[in-house]
Amino acid sequence: MSTRGPVPLVGGRRTTSGWGWLPALVIIGLGVAAWQVYATRSGVSAQILPSPARVVHAGWLDRGALWTNTLATLQETLFGFLLAAAVGFVLSMIIDASTILRNALMPLLIGSQTLPLVAIAPLVIIWFGFGLTPKILLVALLSFFPITVALLEGYQATDPDVERLLISMGAGRWRVFRSARLPTSMPFFFAGLRIAITYSVVVAIFAEYAGATAGLGVYIEEETHVFRTDLVFAAVLVTTLVTVGLFAATYALERIMIPWYRISRQTTRR
Amino acid sequence: MTSRPPITPERADQEAPKLRLDGVHHAYRDLEVLDGVSLELATGELVTIVGPSGCGKSTIFSILTGATAPTSGHVLIDNSPLGPATERFAVMPQSDALLPWRRVLDNVTLGLEVQGVSRREARERVQPLLATFGLEQFARAYPFQLSGGMRQRAALLRTVVQDRSVLLLDEPFGALDALTRTDMQAWLESVWDTFRWSVLLITHDIREAVFLSDRIYVLSPRPARVVAEVAVQLPRPRRIEHLSSPEFVRTEAELRQVLHDARGDAAQR
Ligand SMILES: Nc1ncnc2c1ncn2[C@@H]1O[C@H](COP(=O)(O)OP(=O)(O)O)[C@@H](O)[C@H]1O
Ligand SMILES: [Mg+2]
Repeated sequence: MSTRGPVPLVGGRRTTSGWGWLPALVIIGLGVAAWQVYATRSGVSAQILPSPARVVHAGWLDRGALWTNTLATLQETLFGFLLAAAVGFVLSMIIDASTILRNALMPLLIGSQTLPLVAIAPLVIIWFGFGLTPKILLVALLSFFPITVALLEGYQATDPDVERLLISMGAGRWRVFRSARLPTSMPFFFAGLRIAITYSVVVAIFAEYAGATAGLGVYIEEETHVFRTDLVFAAVLVTTLVTVGLFAATYALERIMIPWYRISRQTTRR
Repeated sequence: MTSRPPITPERADQEAPKLRLDGVHHAYRDLEVLDGVSLELATGELVTIVGPSGCGKSTIFSILTGATAPTSGHVLIDNSPLGPATERFAVMPQSDALLPWRRVLDNVTLGLEVQGVSRREARERVQPLLATFGLEQFARAYPFQLSGGMRQRAALLRTVVQDRSVLLLDEPFGALDALTRTDMQAWLESVWDTFRWSVLLITHDIREAVFLSDRIYVLSPRPARVVAEVAVQLPRPRRIEHLSSPEFVRTEAELRQVLHDARGDAAQR
């Protein structure tokens, strides 16, 4: 049987009572409390270190601008992600189908991950302008790799007995791929998606920073110039929330697309 | 009960068996696995291959499915050589190879889907058999929610619905605990009595072989040769009580002796 899945990215053991997130909240709460006390009592200027309360308050007052810019960033991230997933599927299938193409493409793919973002982001913006396209391309460039690699590992985890069985039934290569290799790779795909999503929002923001008309990157740049450190922090907070939200969304998507996976893990880990 | 040397060509020709292996040799690179295996299976017969682990039993099935080409020898189906044009056999692999992402019903129809039968028609064809196989309540369950015995039933049902004239079952109950295995053997005997499929069954369990088979081929340790062919004279349908009948006990003892001797010969070689 091939329930061999990838190592879970978060918590191999999840508490069943629903209080598993409590320790994290406690740690965050303690950190925020200490920060609040330090920022208000030490006499440090709010332009250097605003207190958490001030960050939240300022962010709330400027919620209109924050919201519009967040939507712009979210849109770039999601489109970039869709492109990365599409490219990941196509590339992984090509590489899986042919050893020659694997040998030809793998070095290129690895090479693509060594391009320094500081150099490539301004270039892409020079080539494609200040609009949506360069951001989508940059997010996709940095996210397709973990997705492709995860899919390839997934294909290779296919149970050889299952493949032999399908062949004995008269299945051709495409049928074996569709009925065995692709479904086997789905849990791996979601693991790859989670790795990619943790930095894709940051990549989108960086791309905006290099040249854009809207987005959290633009917002951060503008507020930095006018020394509104509290609003910069507010934007950082929003970035974190968006990333965590997207991360959680991959679990929701996983539950919808491969419901068997969660059930199998619950059944086998009793 | 009779114990005969491996079949001679003349005899096989007269009876025109469904399936016949004649002097099949196979080696994986330098590893000689099959050393001239000859056996045959008639239509409606349940024939078992017993032999020690690693002797080459699964390799025989691999040759029959076309996955492995024998180094030399002949495989004949209805007297024509095995090839892409000859019909396929339905295989139940040693691991049950159920797909964890498919519910039991969809696992069972897999072979029909590969043959191009629509999912709806495949389900209709399988439906009446679910009850016979005791899988009615489990049709919507995932394989990992089933017990070992139920998984084997699902795997066997997936095999028989492919509607092939020969079933190849590779150690179907090898992974089960002793009690479940005895239950499953009795169950398989009863469904086989109803359907009379032509079955080639692999096992390393001597009692299972005697309980289920019409005839048994005993293989030597690797490289495998047929060291004995034993016909089981027990009446059908067979019952658990037969396990202690004198005929059963005698056949079992003889098989044990043959296997033991073959191992000794192999050690001397
Ligand atoms: N594809 C293969 N390549 C190389 N050696 C193999 C392969 N398949 C099986 N073998 C070897 O051939 C021998 C017989 O294997 P197998 O037919 O699976 O034995 P059995 O089913 O009787 O236990 C074993 O020693 C095994 O390691
Ligand atoms: Mg085997």
